[in-house]
Amino acid sequence: MAHRFPALTQEQKKELSEIAQSIVANGKGILAADESVGTMGNRLQRIKVENTEENRRQFREILFSVDSSINQSIGGVILFHETLYQKDSQGKLFRNILKEKGIVVGIKLDQGGAPLAGTNKETTIQGLDGLSERCAQYKKDGVDFGKWRAVLRIADQCPSSLAIQENANALARYASICQQNGLVPIVEPEIIPDGDHDLEHCQYVTEKVLAAVYKALNDHHVYLEGTLLKPNMVTAGHACTKKYTPEQVAMATVTALHRTVPAAVPGICFLSGGMSEEDATLNLNAINLCPLPKPWKLSFSYGRALLQTRRQPRRLL
Amino acid sequence: MPHSYPALSAEQKKELSDIALRIVAPGKGILAADESVGSMAKRLSQIGVENTEENRRLYRQVLFSADDRVKKCIGGVIFFHETLYQKDDNGVPFVRTIQDKGIVVAGCENKLVGTVLAGLDGLSERCAQYKKDGADFAKWRCVLKISERTPSALAILENANVLARYASICQQNGIVPIVEPEILPDGDHDLKRCQYVTEKVLAAVYKALSDHHVYLEGTLLKPNMVTPGHACPIKYTPEEIAMATVTALRRTVPPAVPGVTFLSGGQSEEEASFNLNAINRCPLPRPWALTFSYGRALQASALNAWRGQRDNAGAATEEFIKRAEVNGLAAQGKYEGSGEDGGAAAQSLYIANHAY
Repeated sequence: MAHRFPALTQEQKKELSEIAQSIVANGKGILAADESVGTMGNRLQRIKVENTEENRRQFREILFSVDSSINQSIGGVILFHETLYQKDSQGKLFRNILKEKGIVVGIKLDQGGAPLAGTNKETTIQGLDGLSERCAQYKKDGVDFGKWRAVLRIADQCPSSLAIQENANALARYASICQQNGLVPIVEPEIIPDGDHDLEHCQYVTEKVLAAVYKALNDHHVYLEGTLLKPNMVTAGHACTKKYTPEQVAMATVTALHRTVPAAVPGICFLSGGMSEEDATLNLNAINLCPLPKPWKLSFSYGRALLQTRRQPRRLL
Repeated sequence: MPHSYPALSAEQKKELSDIALRIVAPGKGILAADESVGSMAKRLSQIGVENTEENRRLYRQVLFSADDRVKKCIGGVIFFHETLYQKDDNGVPFVRTIQDKGIVVAGCENKLVGTVLAGLDGLSERCAQYKKDGADFAKWRCVLKISERTPSALAILENANVLARYASICQQNGIVPIVEPEILPDGDHDLKRCQYVTEKVLAAVYKALSDHHVYLEGTLLKPNMVTPGHACPIKYTPEEIAMATVTALRRTVPPAVPGVTFLSGGQSEEEASFNLNAINRCPLPRPWALTFSYGRALQASALNAWRGQRDNAGAATEEFIKRAEVNGLAAQGKYEGSGEDGGAAAQSLYIANHAY
């Protein structure tokens, strides 16, 4: 077993680590504006707007045309492929607008789920084919980080060892390929909140999943200092009758992380997973106040939780 | 996948976590006084002393009769099985002397059978007995070696699994397991190679501990520092060793682990202290206590001063206290160096293929 085949040079490591740190510096977080066409369709339908490319462009223009002070709280924005190449009304590329504001541009890299036969409707993630070439192109087009969302659920016999193993492995392959192309991989193993399980059960599952993810990242020689983690907070299932306080959510979440996430990971940006804007913020605050040791930055990568309000008042004609 | 079968109750977890924290309280580390009969033979022959049970008792007495100065730098002592049941000249059991100083006692769990580590059979019963006899933590040493094709994936996996089983069984019996996956310094590999291997081994260990539902807050880790092989021609500074070591740990050891107690692995007393000090001054963030679990590196000078003579016992004990205090400072990054060169403190304590 030799280390004679280092995956990255010193310069590559430095670049990746600097990008990762700049995204989570000083309490900054990530705006996840990478809804696919289909998902945007759902969102726009709720405010009775037609799902056209122009309407999607206009909506993103609203987000990105805020003044530069936004860079105090947003370190990175995840874009959908289409948005990377769209321009504002003055003909300026969105990605350049963001970069000028000092915000790092990221891209969604996965290509949706594929079923795992022999399981209780569990899935793995597609997108590895041609990933290296796509990453290289995105890097040329100004992208510095990528995101890949693996989905696991809690139910009867779920998540199974196969689902955990397979998703952890896919995440690790994706992360390795990203780093080879100068992109910081955001690793997102989301355990969705569907179900009636309690907080303790979610914590247990989260610990098992994260342990598998970090073992896979290690096996694939991924440089942890040049990655970010985007996990779910530890919460009870949506249908759980028991209610928990932000402090309970925080304690369960930080406990799970500190049992599994090595200190070398610079930042953890939580997904909001359907929480209301208020809850997402209260929970994140409680997490940052939690008395356990927290050697990583603890921040956000929110989509719906940042965008809900912005969508409501707007009615496109 | 339910969690409906928790391995430990909340009370059990608290007990384990409290014990672990006491052992690695700031400025404290572990005295590994668990040399097997065979290892003691080597040590005693070096100072011309016969390897009898009485001589081993007299030697341990030298260490354990240290005065209260050791209370602030020794958090735990690992005993060999025989020693757990021995007494001092006044008939006071060593275990009691140590506990009365507020120091936690451990028994050494594994035993060598040929080159395969055995010891899982009947481990639960032995742990229960050790707990009754005053032990609150235990140690299990697995050995890996760097060479052309080693450590192999199988060796890493198998040793990680054994460590995890041992840890799980210990916790069931109220004993904090010290997990020791030692990568021997034998060989001519450089610092980077050792770092790479250490990261692979530790990642496997923590995955196995997770799989076996081990409560990390109630464990300690006893790894090698990341160093070049003994036959490596390149020399590295304590700062380089510290950086490589802390980097490897940051990439693999979850922050929930309360403390990392390094083995000295053949480093001289001075080297072991300087390196530990550099580790505690390393600029990278370190969420666990970083301290010592030294055998040879705490005892070499004491052994040399004693030479089997009762009249030397006091001076020998002083040597031990001195090393203990130095390492207590190193564990806080406060050691300024003794200014001595030569003597037992600077002599390498390397033994090829070191086994107990």
